This record gives sequence, structure tokens and C-alpha cells, in this order.
Amino acid sequence: MNTKKWNWWAIFWSVAALAYFFVPLFGTLEFSLRMERGKLSLKAYQIVLSDPQFLASFQYSAVMGVLTVLISTLIFLPTIYWIHLKIPKIRPVVEILTILPFIVPTIVYVFGLIRTFGRPPLQLTLTPFKTDILIMAGYVILSMPYMYRALDVGMRSIDVVSLTEAAQSLGANWVQIVLKVILPNMRIALLSGALICFATVIGELILGDFLVRPALGPYMVQVGRDKAYEPAALGIMSYALTWICLGLIEIFSQGNTKTQQLTGR
Amino acid sequence: MQTKNLNNKPSYNFTTLWTWIGVVPFFAFIFIFLIMPSTNLFLGAFKDSHDNFTLANIAVLFNPYVIKSFSTSLQVSVITSVVGVVFGFFVAYGVTVGSAPKWMRKTILTFSGLAANFGGVPLAFAFIATLGHTGFVTAILKNICFSDSAGLQNCPFDIYERGFNLYSLLGLTLAYTYFQFPLMVLTITPALEGLKKNWREAAENLGANSLQYWWYVALPILLPSILGATILLFGSAFGAFATAQALTGGSIYLVTILIGQQIRGDVLGNPNEGYALALGMVMVMGVCILGYSVLQRLAGKWLKS
Repeated sequence: MNTKKWNWWAIFWSVAALAYFFVPLFGTLEFSLRMERGKLSLKAYQIVLSDPQFLASFQYSAVMGVLTVLISTLIFLPTIYWIHLKIPKIRPVVEILTILPFIVPTIVYVFGLIRTFGRPPLQLTLTPFKTDILIMAGYVILSMPYMYRALDVGMRSIDVVSLTEAAQSLGANWVQIVLKVILPNMRIALLSGALICFATVIGELILGDFLVRPALGPYMVQVGRDKAYEPAALGIMSYALTWICLGLIEIFSQGNTKTQQLTGR
Repeated sequence: MQTKNLNNKPSYNFTTLWTWIGVVPFFAFIFIFLIMPSTNLFLGAFKDSHDNFTLANIAVLFNPYVIKSFSTSLQVSVITSVVGVVFGFFVAYGVTVGSAPKWMRKTILTFSGLAANFGGVPLAFAFIATLGHTGFVTAILKNICFSDSAGLQNCPFDIYERGFNLYSLLGLTLAYTYFQFPLMVLTITPALEGLKKNWREAAENLGANSLQYWWYVALPILLPSILGATILLFGSAFGAFATAQALTGGSIYLVTILIGQQIRGDVLGNPNEGYALALGMVMVMGVCILGYSVLQRLAGKWLKS
């Protein structure tokens, strides 16, 4: 058969895909540099970066992202470890629970949060601090499908039972096992989960918007409504941030999937 | 892996109760912040303002305004998922079976991972900067002009003059496609890589041409994967809110936009009807995920071994 013909067909679609990826990206980049008439400049970026509201909302979302990663790790890592070690039979149930945020659209989810926690007896929306607790819990739930999957895959690639037995026979207690044996073996899985989790929180609009907290998402919507060039600069910056997060995952997970377990094999 | 069977061996002297206590924090968290809000919404759909049971709220799903929003959402989701599936399939074909150059393959797969995760507000910004009134591509197309025989300037690609509008269903479709087709590339690539060379050889030995091989052998094998991916793409478009909000400012009435307005200002005039609306959406998504997992299981049959 004529392989040459098929190659052209393949190349046509590949080029089309590359065009779809790069044209909007390039268009945005070009647009973001056009703020000053007649020349290319970084003025839009300067304006965004020196806007105190941007800095405040970026800081808010970044702090929220880090806290979400910490809390997710605190909840999911010991749980997944325990499940793999003791009760592997409930894994299907847990898996279904963790993909629930995919089934319930975020806008519906935030509706549920407001209905449940926006009124007594469980009211959490009265003070900013309490709302922050609520929003963080929401972020943990929203990023759970990614975080759980990353940790579950990581846990599957190490021999939990042998590691635990070895640690116990050396006299380690549970805290020591989790911190000194499981955690170091999970660091790559944890890192990729953490980065996806962080990227999710940084780019999130709905929770911040409807729970009225000064997150990056609502700020971007507002800039998009009021300004022309700054949104393009913001778009490029968030593209770069996603790029960095995913790039780091790629770098850290490369060639490490097979040799993830450091000890005990 | 050789010690896998140890999993079933009761190696520790813990009581069963202790074993379950280990997962309590996780289940408690999920219960409080996921199950409870969802159930609350579900129950709210069947209650009136005095907390009495009623089915009246469900009637809101037949309100012409609501039907319109559901049909707009379905329209956008169906179109973008079909476009994404077809486009994504050919791209995935190109980088796997079609043996596109290696650098293209690597770039496309990497960017698919990136673009599939690139949604929300920044995506809307990118399309406004590219295809908006003063966008980059708009400007280029606008300046492609010819003088006709009468000396009149004729600019055939002035897209806004020709009736294009980014802040419309078409614009939304273009923007959604940016994350839809990469999602298809990512989901279908493993299935395409699972196509065995000897299936093709067998078909060719029996006298099949390329088209016959694809139509009678490859496509039936790939069908569950393709349908599964369609459902996945449909779900991701159906639940999307941020891109539509940032791109059209809420002027296109998707269900998600309507729910957003209901949360902000109770546009339906009855909070409980809002819960019924949300319930309708979750039901559509639930059917999607169910169909997806069934089709995944079917698709897995061919990928094994």
C-alpha cells in the first residue's frame, strides 16, 4: 500500500493541531505586547505586576494553593497508605467517592456549599476566616480526583506491606513509618499531585467568585471586563504558570516510575 | 510485585475496629464537605419554602426559559464534543499510526496535556486577544484586501463584517475546542497504540484495502473508546462555567450560567427551584459518567494482552 499518502494525511492533521495550539497562544502574546501604540513593550505586564490588587489576589490564591496541598496531603496520604495496607477491599468505594467532583459540576457544588454552610446551624460564611476554611475545604474536594489518583498510583508502585513490616521490625512507630518510610518513597507522586492541586487552586474561579473571596480567578474576570491589554498579559502569565507546573511534573516523573521505591525491595 | 499476596495476610494484631478508625478522618471530611452539600441540594429540590415535601420544584425543568438553557448547553456540549472527537481522533491518528515526525508527535502530546488543563478565564482571554474585535488574527484577516475591477476595496476576510462574533455560540465552540480536542488526543492515543500490526496484516492478506481495514476492523475495535471519549468531552463542556462567563459575560444562557445567576440573585424567584435545576444537571452528568465507565470496560477488553 502507499504509505506516502497516509503520511501526508497524518502531517496535515498534526499541523492543524499545532496551529490550533499556537495561533491563540501567539495571538495572546502579540496582543499583550501591543499596549503602547506602534511598538512592542511589556507595559501591560508592568501594569498587571504593579497592581496591588493583582498582588493581593495572587498571594491569596498562592497561599490557598499551598495550604490546600498541605491539607490534602495530610488527609489523603495516611488514608491511602492505610487503605493499601489494611483494607484494600474498600478501594473501589473510595475511588468512586474521589471522582464525584467530576460528576457534580463546580457551579452545582458551590451551590450546595452555600446552601449547607451559608445558614445556621453550620454557618461558615459570617467571617472571612471561616469562609476561608470553607473555601479551602472546597479546594481540597475539587482537586481530590487529581491528588488521590497521583497518590494512589504512587502507593501502588511501592510494596507497602514489606516496607511497613521492615520498619516495624526495626522498632519504628506509625508516625515514623509514615514520615520516614512512606513519605520519602512517595515524594514523586506527592509532588505531581501537589503541582496539579496548586494549579487547580490558582486557576479556580467559581469558589472564589461565589464565596466572595479575593482570589485570582474573580480578579481576572474583573480585569477582563474593564481592560483591554492586561487580560492578554494575565492569560500569558497563567499559561506560563500551568506550563511550569506540568513541566515540573514531567521532569520529576521521567524515568522514575519504575524505580520509585528507594528502599526495601 | 512478587510479595503482592502478602496483602491478604493478617500481619498485625489490630482489632477490626482499629482498622476502620484509620479511614475515619477521610470519610468524615468527604461526608461533611462533599456528600452533605450534595445531598442537601438533592433534598432541597424536593422541598417547598416551609421544608415540606413537594414535587412542584421539578416543574421548573419544564419552564421554557430553563428548557432553553438546557438545550443551549446540550447544543454547545454536543457540537464541541463531536468536533473535538473528530479533530482529536485524526490528530491522534497522525501522531500514532500515521507516523508524523517525532518532534511533532512529542510537541502535540505535550501540548495536549497542557491545553486539556487550560480552561477557564485565561482561555477566554486568549480567544479575545486572537479573534476578538481587535484580535491578532482578526486584524490579519481584515487586512487581506483586493481591489476589484471598479477600483473598490474588497476585504473578503473581514470576519466581523461577515457576521462572525466571538461572543456567540460559535465563539464559545471555538474556545471550548481548545481544550476538547487535546482531551480526545490524550484519551484515544492509548487505544490507537493498542491496535496490533498483525490485525492490519491479516486484513491486508485477506485482500482488504486501507479504507476497508479502518471501517471493518479498526473502527469497531475503537468504537467503545471513541464513544467513551465523546461522553467525557460532553461532560467537560456541559459542566464548564468560567470560560463562558468570561467570554460572553453571561449573555449566552447555559445551564451553568443560569445556576450562577440563581445563586447570585435568585432569578427563578424560588430558591428550591434552583436546587431542582442543579439536580437536573447532576442527573445528566451522572448518566454521562455511568455510560463512560461502561464503555471504558468494553474498550479495556481489546487493550489487554
